[in-house]
Amino acid sequence: MSAPTYDLGKLHGGLRLQAHKKISTSEAIRTVPLPDQLVLPITQHAGDPAQPVVAIGERVLKGQLIADTEGSLGAPIHASSSGKIVAIEPWPVSRRYGDNAPCIVIECDGEDRALEPAEAPPAFETLSADELLTKILRGGIVGLGGAVFPTAQKLMQAITCELDYLILNGVECEPYISCDDMLMREYALEIVSGARILMHALKLEVGYIVVESDKPVALQRLGEVLAELDDEHLVLKQVPTIYPSGGEDQLVQLITNREVPSGGLPTDVGCLVQNVGTAVAIHDWIVNEQPLLSRITTVTGDGVTQPMNVEARLGTTVADVVEFAGGYTAGASQLIIGGPMTGKSVTSDRVPVVKATNCILVLSEAPSQGPELPCIRCGDCAAVCPVQLLPQQLFWYACADDETKMRDYGLTDCIECGCCDLVCPSHIPLTSDFRTAKARIRELADEKARAERARLRFESRNERLDKEDQERAQELARQKKAARNAGPDAIAEILKRKQEQDEDR
Amino acid sequence: MWTAILTIAAIALIAGLALSYASQSLPSDSGKLVDQINELLPQTQCAQCGFPGCRPYAQAIVNDGVAINLCPPGGDDTIRKLAATLGKEVLPLAEQPVAGRAVAVIDETLCIGCTHCRNACPVDAIVGAHQLMHTIIEAECTGCELCIAPCPVDCITLRALS
Repeated sequence: MSAPTYDLGKLHGGLRLQAHKKISTSEAIRTVPLPDQLVLPITQHAGDPAQPVVAIGERVLKGQLIADTEGSLGAPIHASSSGKIVAIEPWPVSRRYGDNAPCIVIECDGEDRALEPAEAPPAFETLSADELLTKILRGGIVGLGGAVFPTAQKLMQAITCELDYLILNGVECEPYISCDDMLMREYALEIVSGARILMHALKLEVGYIVVESDKPVALQRLGEVLAELDDEHLVLKQVPTIYPSGGEDQLVQLITNREVPSGGLPTDVGCLVQNVGTAVAIHDWIVNEQPLLSRITTVTGDGVTQPMNVEARLGTTVADVVEFAGGYTAGASQLIIGGPMTGKSVTSDRVPVVKATNCILVLSEAPSQGPELPCIRCGDCAAVCPVQLLPQQLFWYACADDETKMRDYGLTDCIECGCCDLVCPSHIPLTSDFRTAKARIRELADEKARAERARLRFESRNERLDKEDQERAQELARQKKAARNAGPDAIAEILKRKQEQDEDR
Repeated sequence: MWTAILTIAAIALIAGLALSYASQSLPSDSGKLVDQINELLPQTQCAQCGFPGCRPYAQAIVNDGVAINLCPPGGDDTIRKLAATLGKEVLPLAEQPVAGRAVAVIDETLCIGCTHCRNACPVDAIVGAHQLMHTIIEAECTGCELCIAPCPVDCITLRALS
């Protein structure tokens, strides 16, 4: 069951891009030496920021919890080496929105002393699903493919659904990035172990490990490992090299021919997708009690002297990593965290390597594309859109700020892959326009929800005031009636009492 | 020929009777229109239109034909939507629109606990008891400014939210 199989579903659109991956895969993964200082942002995952549980001046050990989850969605953060907490302060980070974020800064003591494990961890087969999930939550593990969604919460959602397949995503379709490729070559055993833990936790019978056809070495290595284990539940699948087949929904479509519904999740069609790097992190935590402290990242591009894949402690600055890779070349001009299609351009190399950092891309000056021209409605963008949207229509409505139409045409399903940008003959930056439009839609939805709440409060207040008025009128009527019923003697007595009171004053 | 004329006349008579019956005895849908108009208004309940809240303004628009350009928080956007729904002409705003979202803030060191602002708030966004400090629930405040005038010690200000 270990030979790559080819029975695949259909993916709409997509592009064959120049890979630029060979430049960084010629050497084995190298480890970046421990820096003097580690900078750990408290938001390294989707959801709420983690809350620091250490004080400035405190000594911490490698693997010690330094920020814990607060709120319903999040992941804890651990010290990636031993040392002293010197600051908790805003620091430049690479995020889509905003440039500075609170970070915990550790001054390393160079000893790299680890927290003593309490006892040998139990074999995962003996743990129940609940125990495994609770444990994964404590490991600070997030989706390492780039979306950094907390893994434990993803699994907790998945366990409530009826699932058929586990899909391990080793597609890595974006140009330049090769960290998953190298990971599959060197950590194939750990990937398989992680897959088995996941399948045990979710009681799944079938697991697919999916690799793109341009990674023959990784395919061969995984094939060997699977052949040796002879596990009939795990199947290696090879998919053609088309961007963006590594997108979660696209991969499900490709492997199972099931379409993830608009606004839905892969679990709606019985699939759970995890990145291969996440599987290794799960293995490290469950089997070796090692939380997520480092990650493999590709440092590449024509602006780096010696492109390679490195294993870097979380919190190492990009400057340190680039220096380890021989430094910048003379022509280097642009620093991107992530790939060329979905990555984020940053202005400072002081940003740290975080759980999401799968690639550090340094490019020399790109040839100018020319100015943005009017849309000629050629439809090339619709042909390549992997979600089968109509980018030219969406662009039209985004310009007009027509929220209803943008929703009708499925803007919220856009995965921001950047294919439409690339094929547009008028050089319209469609993806960035859509990103802005999505933010605008969210804003409008917020406004609407607020208005609705205000309306309800206003109406219930009016109801309450009406009720109070009525009650007062009733009380008055009751008193009047009581006085009338009491007869003239009683009234005379009341008047007398009143008079006495007035005289007393 | 007479058959045809009589048939047509009979159909017209029956249809006419049915329609006049329906228009008199079935409830009119002006309530539905008020809901629809109310939905387009920003629900700040600020009374800047001269009516005590958004729903009263919506009722006045539908029932009394009041102008559609009296809502400063809604701005030109709301006027455009109202015009489209009612088939009226788009008018410029009668007053200057407010910029961005703002909330009222009570200076708690000055507050004397008179409850005047609490009673003025159209959305019950102010909490506080008699002779005790009051405060504003930021998430519920619509920035309508109705609490500012009643305050005897002028301790309420409007703060813009970024």
